[in-house]
Amino acid sequence: MDFRFDVIVQYLPLLMKGVKLTIQISIIAVAVGTIIGLFISLVRLSKLWPLRWLAKGYVEFLRGTPLMAQIFLIHFGVPPLLGINAFNPLYSGTIALSLNSGAYVAEIFRGAIQSIEKGQMEAARSLGMTHAQAMTHIIIPQAFKRAIPPLGNEFIAILKDSSLVSVISLQDLMMAGRIMQGRSFRFIETWLAVSLLYLVMTLTLSQFVSYLERRFSKSDQS
Amino acid sequence: MIKVKDLKKRFGKLEVLKGINAEIKNGEVVVVIGPSGSGKSTFLRCINQLEEANEGQIIIDGVDLLDKSTNINTVRQEVGMVFQLFNLFPHKTVLENIMLAPMKVKKIEKDEAEKIALQLLERVGLRDKANVYPGTLSGGQRQRVAIARALAMKPKVMLFDEPTSALDPEMVGEVLEVMKSLAKEGMTMVVVTHEMGFAREVGDRVVFMDEGMIVEEGKPLDIFTNPQHERTQSFLNKIL
Repeated sequence: MDFRFDVIVQYLPLLMKGVKLTIQISIIAVAVGTIIGLFISLVRLSKLWPLRWLAKGYVEFLRGTPLMAQIFLIHFGVPPLLGINAFNPLYSGTIALSLNSGAYVAEIFRGAIQSIEKGQMEAARSLGMTHAQAMTHIIIPQAFKRAIPPLGNEFIAILKDSSLVSVISLQDLMMAGRIMQGRSFRFIETWLAVSLLYLVMTLTLSQFVSYLERRFSKSDQS
Repeated sequence: MIKVKDLKKRFGKLEVLKGINAEIKNGEVVVVIGPSGSGKSTFLRCINQLEEANEGQIIIDGVDLLDKSTNINTVRQEVGMVFQLFNLFPHKTVLENIMLAPMKVKKIEKDEAEKIALQLLERVGLRDKANVYPGTLSGGQRQRVAIARALAMKPKVMLFDEPTSALDPEMVGEVLEVMKSLAKEGMTMVVVTHEMGFAREVGDRVVFMDEGMIVEEGKPLDIFTNPQHERTQSFLNKIL
């Protein structure tokens, strides 16, 4: 069996373009998904049951349906409703991925917030803080620290799931791989190169998450 | 300064407080004793509404806590609380723990808040621990920081919910010392505790609770040496 390393070199610029798009989409989805997730988790813990119910519905729907269907739904389903011809696939892909990760992040934050001892809220309230102040200064910072390891998992999943945006012909790394395969007919070279590039990105991300864990553990000394 | 009238509290169907009447005067140190499950902690937690009372009145300095128009956050600024498990904020340093509420709730300037915090740390003997995290402290030190944190809001009353029950025996003394000095300075205090020595030495009045009611109250010496009620006698026999 011959392994054509030169083919990989030849197609590397194409793949790197894909890497760039994958990184762009993933970073936005991680950031927006985290904000959505924090918001949804707080709504899920609200005292008003209709709000709780809505937030739960959001989580169940986005967690319980395939991401690919969600991408199609947003890309092909929403524009007619708005009376537009079509979305830029970059927008629909990024929106779908952000909404989807928001559901998972919401569950991570909810678990983390509920894991903070009741006494923390009581101590904050007994000092005269409002519920919102106690959440902002006491509960959420501690919950965020506890959420970092599962958030790391979720970020890595987003990066890999971003490959699904190739179904609406976005030229991310996955799509670049398909193009390379179609032109070169070198299957092993193509998919090995694509896999390794994903691996480099996920490893970088997990390094970043470890760094966050270390930074936030400064109060753990004892 | 605190008046409690016919206070009732239920958890589901279980009635934990069955009509408590009490009055706590300015500068008085009231020690609440009683078997576990007697409702003494619930009573204490009702005074700052960490537990919402179902019926009755709780009046602090003329303000009825159960009145719907009362802003409980304002009342709580004047009522400090110390918990059995300290409940320090683990992600903040000792100094930050004490400064946080004065800055966020009372909107005191940072410099001023730091000055107050350092004075309080001096007072509880932990000036050198200002910049460490609570995780590095012993139980007794944590509780002293928690007392300083509550005092930083300059409360008119301090509530203590079994402040020494979670401590190793050799650390009980240092916390009680701080509480004694507070009492000497005229702080109004309500203390739920099993430390009968403290009750006898510092308490102006001892309240014995059982099954959600105040069974007997009086001067510590009278309660301890000459309890009138049979339930008080049997409780004291068990613990003394």
